[in-house]
Amino acid sequence: MSIKKIHTEQPNDFIFSNENLKIAEKILQKYPKKNKKSALMPFLYLAQKQNQNWIPLAAMKYIAKYLSIPYISVYEVATFYSMYNLAPVGKYFIQVCTTSPCLLRGADKILKICKEKISQNENQLSEKSQCSWTEVECLGACVNAPMMQINNDYYEDLNEANAVKIIESLIQDKPLKPGSYRGRKNTSPEKNNQFSQGEKNA
Amino acid sequence: MPKIIINGKEIEFQKGMTVLQACELADVEIPRFCYHEKLSIAGNCRMCLVEMEKSAKPIASCAMPATEGMNIKTNTELVEKARKGVMEFLLANHPLDCPVCDQGGECDLQDQSLYYGVDKSRFSENKRDVKDKYMGPLIKTQMTRCIHCTRCVRFATEIAGVPEIGAIGRGENMEITTYLENSMQSELSANVIDLCPVGALTSKPYAFEARPWELKKTESVDVMDAVGSNIRVDTYGWEVKRVLPRINENINEEWISDKTRYSCDGLLKQRLDVPYIKKGDNLIKSNWDEALNLISAKIKNIDSNEIAGHIGDMSSIETIYSFKKLFEYLNSPNLEIREKDFFINTSDKMNYLFNSSITGIEKSDLILLVGCNPRHEATMVNARIRKAFVKSKLPIFSIGNPGDLTYDYKIVGENTEDLKKILEGKSEISNIIKKAKKPIVIIGESALELKSGGYIFEEIKNFLAINGFINENWNALNILIQNASTVGGLDLKILKSNFQNDSLFFEKLKNNKFKLLYLLGSDNINFKKENEFIIYQGSHGDRGAEIADVILPSPAYTEQNGLFSNLEGRVQECRKASYPTGEAKEDWKIFNLISEKIFAKKLFHDFQSIRNEAIKEIPNYSQINSLPNFNKKDNKKITFNFIPEKIVINKIDYYYSNSISRSSKTMSECRLKNKIFLKDGTNN
Amino acid sequence: MLKESDKIFKNLYNQFGWDIDNSLKMDDWKNTKEIISKGKEYLINEIKKSELRGRGGAGFSTGLKWSFAPKELGSRPHYLVINADESEPGTCKDRDILRYEPQKLIEGSLIAGYAVGAHVCYIYIRGEYFNEGERLQEAINQAYEKNFIGKNACGTGWDFDIHIHYGAGAYICGEETALLESIEGNKGQPRLKPPFPALVGLYGCPTIVNNVETIAVVPTILRRGAKWFASLGKPKNTGTKIFCISGNVNSPCNVEEEMGIPLKELIEKHAGGVIGGWENLKAVIPGGSSMPLLPKKVCDTITMDFDSLIENKSGLGTAGVIVINKDQDIVACMARIARFYKHESCGQCTPCREGSGWMWRILDRTVKGDATVSDIELLEDVTKQIEGHTICAFGEGSAWPVQGLLRHFREEVDKKCSGDPIVKKKRDLPYLVDQHLLEKKNA
Ligand SMILES: Cc1cc2nc3c(=O)[nH]c(=O)nc-3n(C[C@H](O)[C@H](O)[C@H](O)COP(=O)(O)O)c2cc1C
Ligand code: SF4
Ligand code: FES
Repeated sequence: MSIKKIHTEQPNDFIFSNENLKIAEKILQKYPKKNKKSALMPFLYLAQKQNQNWIPLAAMKYIAKYLSIPYISVYEVATFYSMYNLAPVGKYFIQVCTTSPCLLRGADKILKICKEKISQNENQLSEKSQCSWTEVECLGACVNAPMMQINNDYYEDLNEANAVKIIESLIQDKPLKPGSYRGRKNTSPEKNNQFSQGEKNA
Repeated sequence: MPKIIINGKEIEFQKGMTVLQACELADVEIPRFCYHEKLSIAGNCRMCLVEMEKSAKPIASCAMPATEGMNIKTNTELVEKARKGVMEFLLANHPLDCPVCDQGGECDLQDQSLYYGVDKSRFSENKRDVKDKYMGPLIKTQMTRCIHCTRCVRFATEIAGVPEIGAIGRGENMEITTYLENSMQSELSANVIDLCPVGALTSKPYAFEARPWELKKTESVDVMDAVGSNIRVDTYGWEVKRVLPRINENINEEWISDKTRYSCDGLLKQRLDVPYIKKGDNLIKSNWDEALNLISAKIKNIDSNEIAGHIGDMSSIETIYSFKKLFEYLNSPNLEIREKDFFINTSDKMNYLFNSSITGIEKSDLILLVGCNPRHEATMVNARIRKAFVKSKLPIFSIGNPGDLTYDYKIVGENTEDLKKILEGKSEISNIIKKAKKPIVIIGESALELKSGGYIFEEIKNFLAINGFINENWNALNILIQNASTVGGLDLKILKSNFQNDSLFFEKLKNNKFKLLYLLGSDNINFKKENEFIIYQGSHGDRGAEIADVILPSPAYTEQNGLFSNLEGRVQECRKASYPTGEAKEDWKIFNLISEKIFAKKLFHDFQSIRNEAIKEIPNYSQINSLPNFNKKDNKKITFNFIPEKIVINKIDYYYSNSISRSSKTMSECRLKNKIFLKDGTNN
Repeated sequence: MLKESDKIFKNLYNQFGWDIDNSLKMDDWKNTKEIISKGKEYLINEIKKSELRGRGGAGFSTGLKWSFAPKELGSRPHYLVINADESEPGTCKDRDILRYEPQKLIEGSLIAGYAVGAHVCYIYIRGEYFNEGERLQEAINQAYEKNFIGKNACGTGWDFDIHIHYGAGAYICGEETALLESIEGNKGQPRLKPPFPALVGLYGCPTIVNNVETIAVVPTILRRGAKWFASLGKPKNTGTKIFCISGNVNSPCNVEEEMGIPLKELIEKHAGGVIGGWENLKAVIPGGSSMPLLPKKVCDTITMDFDSLIENKSGLGTAGVIVINKDQDIVACMARIARFYKHESCGQCTPCREGSGWMWRILDRTVKGDATVSDIELLEDVTKQIEGHTICAFGEGSAWPVQGLLRHFREEVDKKCSGDPIVKKKRDLPYLVDQHLLEKKNA
């Protein structure tokens, strides 16, 4: 993972919204009092959510002060984990898994579609900041390969045709439903569709 | 003691040791990069892998606790392969630019690859490119050389207490940096240069100055403050190229402050190389004869009571002793060594020392700071307090607000009343102190300078004495002296112990009662010159020289031998590493010349005799490099009036505190960088 | 084939609904109080007798692990941490448990928590499973409402709280000590061991870390008895297991099966067979990307359990079965896995940091036909120099797949090495880290 670039245009200030402040306090309660630092990762998520899915420097400073930890610790964590965006991403942020199980089932084709439909380069915003895409490592839905994640949702069992449809729906701001695009129930075998008939466990 | 087998040899080790330490006991060398005795264990370089019986994989010896009956082998094929493998990985992305790297000749990577590595590279991919990082005026970075041992990160976080360096990103793209490439806000920052095992962090001021094997190395002590950090002075010809720490577990361990390390470029600038005489408004180059004639003529014409001498902050015991002798000959009682009129009780040596000793800080279980900022007044003492704090989380209280000290402490008042309450048992803090086993009270010069300075000192001493904290085993009473020369001067009785006259020098000075003022390397006293005739004897054209009528050039601390007593009363030798500039003469020789001119008689025959005589005068002297001997403690109490006032801690212009550092370009860069931080003690 | 009645995860595909009422119908939370009242000793022994081995990859005996927790609660609290990081390529079983069988996990947590003396449990879910985490949170809330967990959970007198902590895209956080670091708010860099988490874990306190599946099967084992569980599968490799079958099969799926099922049966019965028929099979990665692959010859007869796979120099790992058929370029497939490891290395220790990228670069060149035969020898050395020399098992995880490739497909790899060993092809690339990033200006 190459070092994340810090966005050049940064807002001057950041504070949690009132609503998020309440959430923040709730998050803190999950952890022992003297281990406030544990809240760092959830706080970064919170900041990211509040700020159109990316974390400005001001938010890192704010969180560091909030939790009384050094700036560099926040910075280290924000650059270590791949899900913290330190530069703006599209309203629809498309992450295409290209690790081997997906690759075996044609993830490279999905990637090509992203390049054609959204932007030539990874992490480059499409018109009106509607979409941006990135290539990611295994998203843990290997039996539903190939797949992509759009914001929080998984779109699974794709092929070229429906990948195009999905991406076009995003561009038109009318996103299609997530889930399997081969019409099967989650991760069940397709051919051998005999479900357990509610037999009891014990 | 438990036993461990290393390469077939059974040896005993102490519980708590690691396998690596046990191997060292057995004289078996283990290569390492990330491991450092004074830092937490990271175990990330994997260079120290050894074979352990019953373990399929080799183990990292630096991280593995040694246990009874372990069987360790370090000379097997498995170990050799592991070392070669790790070496190859470390060198894979390393630029191998030794010919242009300042670390060359003292580089762990270079040395260890010679012994443990292979002689050719099989890495044919493009090497990693890493942007260099800005880390301030002292640290030059070349981050492609970094081997990610994280020593620098651990030093900043653990020892310096400024968690400002970190490793960002991950995997092969992990990079060491300060937060957004700010300079590191610490007086200890440059120690990372020594710690960095490769040439990733090197010394900016020393960049491309010399190769280590070309330098003459002289073991010495530092005089930038009263701590007496042990240093090594590296010279190339006349020039002091760099100052490095020498390990002394009792004082500075293996660190030194940035000021100690980097003031040395000030030794090249603003130097006084010939005598000067003021003619009209200008100081004009002159010669020794003319200067000495002028001085002797003046002295002969001035009443000895109107002659005064002030000893500066970096004078050695021998210099002070011979100066004092000169003044005895001149029959002048007006000698002073303090730069400000702070209270000091010289009736017993214990009254002006840091009695708990620097190592004692680690044994202590409570610290009370009274009007001092150890971070700026005695940086290495502060580092030790931090170490104790990190280790035992001991409670630290302060009266007065010293700002950020790199550890947590609680301000328990800012006025003398608050102290009084504690001493009279009217504050909860007094009970906490009384319950402590080994408390430490550190009184700063700022507190002693107050009108109630006498009260503060005597009442604290009394409080500690009656509560049993001043005894054979433990002495909780500590004065934090700021200047390297002060304790030596007090030892030599520069200050008479009758408190009535203590302020006399400063009063007379203020009221311009002196006709002749002899400044011996003294640049920090605050007064308005009127008609005084001023002799300045010293090494740098600084504040003292500016107001002088005659200037006598003398060597700086790296250019003459001399003893210094540190704030604990430990007498150490500062050694001559280089020679004086131009016509400068050693201090005692100058006094001889003056005495010859006036009395037609030499004061001293040789330097050694001065040293012998001076040592005899030092009370409680035990031996060189050791703490003084105390047979009995003087617990007499003198009563002083209490005056309610605020305890203000005087701000020190840290990077500009003496004539050498003020001449240093490096120090002025540091000062600029750290302005904000000096202002309020914190950086955000 | 596993009998329907022996299946533990009946709602694996959400046929019946995931919420607590449905779970109760499936006998979750039945007799929980009685089970717990038999005491720690009993619980740990029963799990030991069932021979349950951890489902997170290492296959360590769960009962034994629990017994490492200090018997008495000292001044430090104990913690139970559940590993739902599931980032190993080829693995997606925990996801189904989180979203469709949450009550099994919650009930298991309570029992395990009680057995190891923990009042607090953290479930570490990979950040990408946001929806799954929300679902689990709902299920946890439902369990709180019914007082199955919380104060005096299930009427057992034991207080028990469950919190979710999200990861944020780092495979290494699946490693248990990296996971603990991550919960503490640090970078996910594995810790040195010893000390082991059972004594010094989360916040320096005794901590037991288990995989989601491991914990989720616990209640059923205790209800139906250790004997029942041990009777499934093979000795020391007992019980049922969720297999994730992905790659070149006709019908990729998750399926719960008996341990020790023949691989061929697993693929043919459940996943609709290899695309192009069994004869078109090239290789199978049997246990998630970290495990060395098996060539077809071995796949013909191998059974899917820990010990048989170890015998064949591979491992069951997480039982993420990745099927690769002959239509694929196996070197490209493994090069992509190597890139995964390069991307996910935490960067802490030298062999892994420097070696993972090196392996990928050589493989990548091999795929492009830019490598020489001597490069491949070097590649093999590099894998050996990583293996066994790192802080955590990631080193092996990255080296083994490459070793597997070289072990079984050396000829094929060598064939690709058209590069001239003496005259190296000129590569006009700038001095750059990631050649594949050349295209990615904004990366
Ligand atoms: C690099 C690496 C990644 C891992 N990832 C996971 C994971 O995603 N999920 C998991 O349950 N265990 C993972 N493990 C295994 C855990 O370290 C640990 O062994 C496991 O959670 C213990 O649970 P168990 O005994 O129930 O299997 C991983 C281990 C390593 C070395
Ligand atoms: S800069 Fe030097 S000290 Fe810091 S991690 Fe790199 S090699 Fe180690
Ligand atoms: S010295 Fe032991 S791992 Fe670095």
